[in-house]
Amino acid sequence: MKKVYKNAEQAIFDVEDNSTIMLGGFGLCGIPENLISALVKRGTRGLTCISNNAGVDDFGIGLLLKTKQVRKMISSYVGENAEFERQLLNNELEVELIPQGTLAERCRAAGAGIPAFYTPSGVGTEIAQNKEKRIFDGKTFILETAFKSDFAFIKAWKGDTLGNLVYKGTARNFNPMMATAGKITIVEVEHLVEVGELDPNEIHTPNIYVNRIFEGQNYEKRIEKITTQ
Amino acid sequence: MSLSKFQIAKRIAQELQDGYYVNLGIGIPTLIANYIPENISVVLQSENGLLGMGPFPFKENVDSDLINAGKETITTLKGSALFSSAESFAMIRSGRVDLTVLGAMEVAQNGDIANWKIPGKMVKGMGGAMDLVASAKNIIVAMMHTNKKGQSKLLPNCSLPLTGQHCIKKIVTNLAVIEIVDSKFLLKEYAPGVSIEQIIDSTAGELIVADNVCQMKID
Repeated sequence: MKKVYKNAEQAIFDVEDNSTIMLGGFGLCGIPENLISALVKRGTRGLTCISNNAGVDDFGIGLLLKTKQVRKMISSYVGENAEFERQLLNNELEVELIPQGTLAERCRAAGAGIPAFYTPSGVGTEIAQNKEKRIFDGKTFILETAFKSDFAFIKAWKGDTLGNLVYKGTARNFNPMMATAGKITIVEVEHLVEVGELDPNEIHTPNIYVNRIFEGQNYEKRIEKITTQ
Repeated sequence: MSLSKFQIAKRIAQELQDGYYVNLGIGIPTLIANYIPENISVVLQSENGLLGMGPFPFKENVDSDLINAGKETITTLKGSALFSSAESFAMIRSGRVDLTVLGAMEVAQNGDIANWKIPGKMVKGMGGAMDLVASAKNIIVAMMHTNKKGQSKLLPNCSLPLTGQHCIKKIVTNLAVIEIVDSKFLLKEYAPGVSIEQIIDSTAGELIVADNVCQMKID
């Protein structure tokens, strides 16, 4: 089966309106830049996006917010985006904020065949409202369910033509769990290499999870806060 | 004189112990990294996926693939380890992080903390804070004693949506070091030049003055 696509436009040929998409990245680090641009160009609307953050006004998921392609965001922190806040306060955008560790685990569970799990995060807060509670060893936990998503948009550093992936630095973040959790997982890499070039000992995401892969272009890899000594 | 945010960070750094794994939140907590005592070694955990967070890079070494949880560029150290967000929060939930320091908008005398939402006004999200306060063995809050309007942030009950309940044990503010014991604030240390009366006046919750209350040692 051929997994290699020429570019982002071709790799998202079947992403339709009202899809649920997971997008890797923390802040602007490790986000699927090419796939987001292609989605803007495609004009797909009514999207539900599962992503730790919502980008900034003019980059990352912020680009999809500007064009009003997003119906709902599921995130843990959205503080860097004025357009996001405007749409939310005007009820133009639906938002579900969930604890970061729960977000990560709901992705992991989705890719691991686990329908739900108990976590202590959010106990005693509004996050716990209407959720099943259970006490283990005297401590209260709440039941959280695995995400369901149509697509996962992933950014890796290197990948081979079979779909084995290696991430770099803290650009790994949510990418490995999301890569396991999409019904269809689409990956963009900075370097696409031939099978055999990656050391099997150092693969972060095994190829079984990857449906489509392509080498991205013109990476901007923008930094939110450049801090130096 | 009350403490500056740098002095608050300096005072909290005195709580660090050799071998600690520490997660520092955004704001004042981040500054603590500058005051780690030289005779001990601690490992900083950044919840986006790094153990062994190093200092900010020199200009020529800035790497867009290496940031901390505050989205600032950072460096790795000898012995650093990188991992996914799921692994990061597995470490946090399983109680392997020895100390978490974070900021707050409100702390209640029963140990409740609110720091993520002002209904109708501020919509930013909790990030990793709910996971951290639900599981960390030891949590210190670093904050100003009062808000911008001069109102106490140490309350009988939190008025804002909670981040976690019954989880805070120690608070270091610009005025005092306060512990939470039996659902009351216990004043342990006052900042140089700050009177106990001033701290009582600035604390809306029930405050008990410890028998051995003393002045903070800040160089």
